[in-house]
Amino acid sequence: MPDPKDQSVHVLYFAWVRERIGVPREEVQTRAATVADLVAELRRREERYDVAFADVSALRVALDQELVDFDAPLAGVREVAFFPPMTGG
Amino acid sequence: MIRVQAMPFDPGGELNTFSASVAGAGAIVSFTGVVRDVAGGLSAMEIEHYPGMTEKALGTIRGEAMLRWDLADVLVIHRIGHLEAHESIMMVVTASKHRKDAFEAAEFLMDYLKSRAPFWKKEITLDGSDWVASKTEDEDALSRW
Repeated sequence: MPDPKDQSVHVLYFAWVRERIGVPREEVQTRAATVADLVAELRRREERYDVAFADVSALRVALDQELVDFDAPLAGVREVAFFPPMTGG
Repeated sequence: MIRVQAMPFDPGGELNTFSASVAGAGAIVSFTGVVRDVAGGLSAMEIEHYPGMTEKALGTIRGEAMLRWDLADVLVIHRIGHLEAHESIMMVVTASKHRKDAFEAAEFLMDYLKSRAPFWKKEITLDGSDWVASKTEDEDALSRW
């Protein structure tokens, strides 16, 4: 039984973050209050997360497709995406 | 108009079609980004993006340009997927009554598109492939706007 305090979020990874973690997306049950808390939770899970999130200054995060800072709250969020700085154009 | 597509496009044809649709604007500026040659080997490119957020981010950037400058219209085309050397990656076209507005808006669009639209380029050469790293000057370029 999932704990009712847990929140279910779609977590997406792009570019080298996706390659390091090994999946493009996954469903995560979390009690994290902020993005930084979620990162800490993921890093404790397995080494591939620990490696991918070792330097968050090299990463960007979007909540429901809007860029935010790592201290942003997760309450009510459906989709969290982690990726390197963008290189379009 | 904004288009994100895997299919190649013809920059000359796109420019003519766009120009005809804003006849009377007076000033049209276009920029095309092309897969460049690299030293020591053939180059190709893979472009990954974040479906949904890409269109949203491009729409926001285009909307901001339309508010800040006197523009008749803006066209943005960006490729995704596999591109060979010398293929066009993306194109920005602005139309205005005034040359200054058309030039400035095109530069603004390019600066924001580079650092705020969720695209990631992977460069493929004879030596292997690697993700293109972002440059600090790309981020710094945003502060002038």
